Amino acid sequence: MPEPRQDGCALVTGASRGIGAAIAKAIARDGWAVGVNYHSDSASADAVVAAIEGEGGRAVALAGDVADAAVPDQLFGALEAAFHCPVLVLVNNAGISIDDLTPSLHDSDWDAVLATNLTAAFRLTRRALKPMLRARRGRIVNISSIVALRANPGQANYAAAKAGLIALTRTAAVEVARRGITINAVAPGWIETDMTAGVSTDLLSQVPARRAGTPEEVAACVRFLASDQASYVTGAVLTVDGGLSA
Amino acid sequence: MSVTAEQVESRVVETLASFGPDASQITRTATFEELDIDSLDLVELAQVVEEEYGVILKGEDMKELKTVGDAIDLIVERAE
Repeated sequence: MPEPRQDGCALVTGASRGIGAAIAKAIARDGWAVGVNYHSDSASADAVVAAIEGEGGRAVALAGDVADAAVPDQLFGALEAAFHCPVLVLVNNAGISIDDLTPSLHDSDWDAVLATNLTAAFRLTRRALKPMLRARRGRIVNISSIVALRANPGQANYAAAKAGLIALTRTAAVEVARRGITINAVAPGWIETDMTAGVSTDLLSQVPARRAGTPEEVAACVRFLASDQASYVTGAVLTVDGGLSA
Repeated sequence: MSVTAEQVESRVVETLASFGPDASQITRTATFEELDIDSLDLVELAQVVEEEYGVILKGEDMKELKTVGDAIDLIVERAE
């Protein structure tokens, strides 16, 4: 584990499981103190914190439903208080899916997916930019999806939210680029997580790599985009999909 | 809130100076264009103003501002 960074800390939303948990662990290995946000699974979030601390890193579990408009301020306040530094890395990873074909998709399912996957990312980004503008640096990574770029029947709400996240990424990236702040998106393809556990594996035959990706393979890309080395990468969408969109 | 125009002017000049221009150039009649103060700088100025005086300046408010004096006058007016 490298020297702990004292200049800032990192917030990863939806970090108790899957891709978010892998991202929290990967970023911690760069010395960032990490806020491990979770909605309901406190035991899993505590396990992520314990794993990070076990490697000599620093982390704190932060409860909160990001779809709640009051939560961004609460998360940032708690994280800044825990580590006495501004949040200089934000990873908008929290996401839900409620799949159905468009003709039968309910308003409530549309609204819930947009609220968590897109609106929350906007509010968290807006909140994050305050200290980042002051600091003249910062990294925001939005976890989009390959379905933002390539149709996947049954996911109109999820795809619309994830495509919106890419547009948010590009627009905000251009707005703040001259302040040393970068905003990028990562678009994972088929990744083995709880979220994809029940989905048909027939799709795997369409993946050139002929296998599903791992959360760690996504996390490695996020770790790079969150690093000091990625200073000239902004407004980009990095697909991590085994060649599915190539 | 009781805040004087002098206090606001002092804080505004200090904040604008942190964005690059020399403090001596930042007069009430100086335009943001002359000072090379861009829209993102004004967003940051609005953040400072909100934190210090509880005055919320929206993007549309900031668009109307041409000079440093315009900004000071608006903040003082809203803080009253």
